[in-house]
Amino acid sequence: MMLVATLALARRALRGLLRRPQFVAPLVLFPTVFLAVNVGGLSRTTDLPGFPHVNGFLDFQLSAGITQSLLLGGVSAGIAVALEIEMGFFDRLAAAPIPRVSMILGRIAAASVIAIFQALYFVVLGLIFGAQIEGGILGLLIVLVIASLAGTGFAAMGVMLALLAKNASTVQGIFPLVFVILFVSSAFFPRALLEEPARTIARFNPLSYISDGMRDPIISSISWGTVLEGIAAALGLVIVFVGLSVVALRGRLRDA
Amino acid sequence: MAAIAARALERRYKSGLQAVAGIDLTVEPGEVYGFLGPNGAGKTTTVRMLVTLLRPTGGQATVAGYDVATQPGEVRKRIGVALQEAALDPLMTGVELMELQATLHGIPKGDVVARSSDLIERVGLVEARDRRVGTYSGGMKRRLDLAMALIHRPEVLFLDEPTTGLDPVSRLTLWEEVRRLRDEGTTVFLTTQYLEEADVLADRVGIISGGRIVVEGTPAALKAQVGRPHLDITLTPDADIDRARGVVSPHGELQPPTEDVHLRLTVDHGSASIAPVVRALDEAGLTVAGMQLVEPTLDDVFVQQTGSHLEGAGAPAA
Repeated sequence: MMLVATLALARRALRGLLRRPQFVAPLVLFPTVFLAVNVGGLSRTTDLPGFPHVNGFLDFQLSAGITQSLLLGGVSAGIAVALEIEMGFFDRLAAAPIPRVSMILGRIAAASVIAIFQALYFVVLGLIFGAQIEGGILGLLIVLVIASLAGTGFAAMGVMLALLAKNASTVQGIFPLVFVILFVSSAFFPRALLEEPARTIARFNPLSYISDGMRDPIISSISWGTVLEGIAAALGLVIVFVGLSVVALRGRLRDA
Repeated sequence: MAAIAARALERRYKSGLQAVAGIDLTVEPGEVYGFLGPNGAGKTTTVRMLVTLLRPTGGQATVAGYDVATQPGEVRKRIGVALQEAALDPLMTGVELMELQATLHGIPKGDVVARSSDLIERVGLVEARDRRVGTYSGGMKRRLDLAMALIHRPEVLFLDEPTTGLDPVSRLTLWEEVRRLRDEGTTVFLTTQYLEEADVLADRVGIISGGRIVVEGTPAALKAQVGRPHLDITLTPDADIDRARGVVSPHGELQPPTEDVHLRLTVDHGSASIAPVVRALDEAGLTVAGMQLVEPTLDDVFVQQTGSHLEGAGAPAA
């Protein structure tokens, strides 16, 4: 029953997202604009000493765009759950004879699928504008796997916040914080070029490893150490935030 | 075995508010139980405990034979729930929501489409089935909500203020559906703040105030507790009132008249008493200028028990 209910609710979440363009568009539009501004204005950064060898700054920035988009996907998943709580749909699900954890797993599973399309969008965009995937098909698959895992973890984080906050505006208010966390990672610039304390924070920031893990197969032949660190960081987020969101769900249902 | 049984059921919130302060009730299978009370009386909190959305902080309750606190999963399999404000996803179509609900209730895949279609037809939403719910009227949403609650043929159906905010026509449609469910033997637990709704639909009514049931019984028995119906009769100005009193006295018990009426006669048979009284006056050559049957209402019962009126007493009738 858990699988059936989770799949049914994931399907509903996907359908709902596709029917709400105002939710889908920001997931890719904002990071696209940011990517364009960054690449257009900071392309000479690649000449800095310590910057890794890349075909172009766009190649380097693609994984930052993907990570940014996935974080927005997490916020979007959180807002969707908060809206369900606000409008009472969450209670309808809670009154159904399903394992209650499937109420959130459906939404999180949908995010993992959407994450693949978000990553594909940026890869295709990059290819159109001259980027290359040095790791080839296998490299692309690695990018998609890490993106899907990271998207799952970010969605679980959004869902957890929604369950704690119980309203969409609070979840939306967390949006700027997402970017602060992203900026103190190696998503936009190599860790070696960051000033302290950003460099130290980036060292412990899982977003650094996720971005680096997706970037590695794009800018060079596959370095399995970096890739596995990326997968481990993304998987860690999944485990931690799915676990915390289940705890938050139990609390929410107990205190409803 | 009772369909619903609650003993000393309580709910106290973390804020200290005691929303439900010890409710005892029993609903028999096939019964329509009206849970009547003003806003804030504890109706919705009680329903949320009975449908396992809220844990009781005291007492015990069973629904369809299962304990709501220790066997919530078994309870959920056997109940249908239509909560206040028809919580429906506006982006989904009617049929998509029905099919989702069917899947969540474990209905075999092969039956999902047929059962969804049957219920959509039953609640009169065939033409709107493929439209997004966001475009539905309030009445349509309530009917869809009801259909969703019935998808798994529940033993006990909970309807939490199903007609609040609806126009009279939509209200009447929903009433007809509840009557049909009663005829089919479904147990219905109906909360309402509308007197007429409880009066018309419920086999028994429990009136709740301040988190406690203050009185319970059939609508007729409850109303009989506060008094019998009476006829207020106004005659033409030239009529002999004393003679008129003698003419109508065999048909009931005369009460002191008021400023507005000439005769007040307590009767035993409600509207059936009107014709004999009119006929007797007519045969005696006394012309009736006006007559009104005044019956006790559940609001009178509420006033008798609590000293205040029900907020929904003045709600528009269907």
